[in-house]
Amino acid sequence: MHIPDGYLGPTTFIIMYLIMIPIWLYAGYWVQKHLRSRQVPYLALGAAFSFVIMMFNVPVPGGSSGHAVGSALIAIILGPWAAVVCTSVALIIQCLVFGDGGITAYGANCFNMATVIPFTGYFIYKIIAGKSPIASKLRIAAAAIGGYFGLGVAAGVAGFEMGIQPILEHTATGVPLYMPYGLNVTVPAMLIDHFGFFCWVEAIVTGLAFAYIAKNNPEVIFNHSEIEKKAKKEASPGVAPA
Amino acid sequence: MDVMGVFNKMDKTFKVLVIALIILVVLVPVGLIASGTAFGEWGPDELQQAVGYVPAGLAHLTGLWSAPLEGYDLPGNHETIPTLTPGYYVSAIVGVICVGLIAYGIGKVIIKRND
Repeated sequence: MHIPDGYLGPTTFIIMYLIMIPIWLYAGYWVQKHLRSRQVPYLALGAAFSFVIMMFNVPVPGGSSGHAVGSALIAIILGPWAAVVCTSVALIIQCLVFGDGGITAYGANCFNMATVIPFTGYFIYKIIAGKSPIASKLRIAAAAIGGYFGLGVAAGVAGFEMGIQPILEHTATGVPLYMPYGLNVTVPAMLIDHFGFFCWVEAIVTGLAFAYIAKNNPEVIFNHSEIEKKAKKEASPGVAPA
Repeated sequence: MDVMGVFNKMDKTFKVLVIALIILVVLVPVGLIASGTAFGEWGPDELQQAVGYVPAGLAHLTGLWSAPLEGYDLPGNHETIPTLTPGYYVSAIVGVICVGLIAYGIGKVIIKRND
């Protein structure tokens, strides 16, 4: 899902940078306001995890390949705004050191992988988990499903950004200047590859890592006290604790 | 402070997660089995083959940046998994250290709360 230089025209990549600037600023503000200094090592670990997970390419029939991202997991553990910071750091290193993802497309790549994945993943996890206890089977399943749909929706968004290029940027005779394939190709291709294959990896990684942390050290989870309070209320509605 | 001293001071969950990260780095060549290019990440030559031309704007922007470890590999012409593995290991280690340190640095600078 790392869009290289040359696939998005200037209109798209400039707009994507403009969208990301307030998101990056607010993410920094949120992290400052909500995380504690003892969580800094987890921020570093989350970013490093996301980097390594993206190196595990999964083949798909037809010769293509792709990978999970891990940013839904970071969103569930440290909060979606912290996931914006961690994943954006992984993406800038991938771009500058390894040539994975373009410099011009960095804004778009951060929007897709560092914003859409964590927020979609976190939102779905939160809805499904409801008031369930922190290490419950329902909450673990919710984390896995959040990972699955977070990555899949982001793939659709990336497909959309690439697929509108032939409409936005073409020569006087209609020849595409950037991504040559239109929406009818890019969106289905991205959705099928991701929902069919890579999203399953994202689901497993998110579910397993969440289960381990929730069972062994739930204090690491950024909103654990809120989750535990709601679960307690649910367990004894209207009854004073004995 | 030595590395083991730092490691011993970590809480148990963090230790397990660090070990999991190291295991992932050790296993990273598994990611080389999938050799195909991801959708929308083809080089100009691959596009030329697929659609018969290289879009003008794409030709202009592609290669805008030459990365030191381009394609998660060391310089040279590597095609097989055994020859790609050393570069992939170097990339995983360099990447984990750079990404971890930058995220740590950002956290240290902006997070002030100690409670």
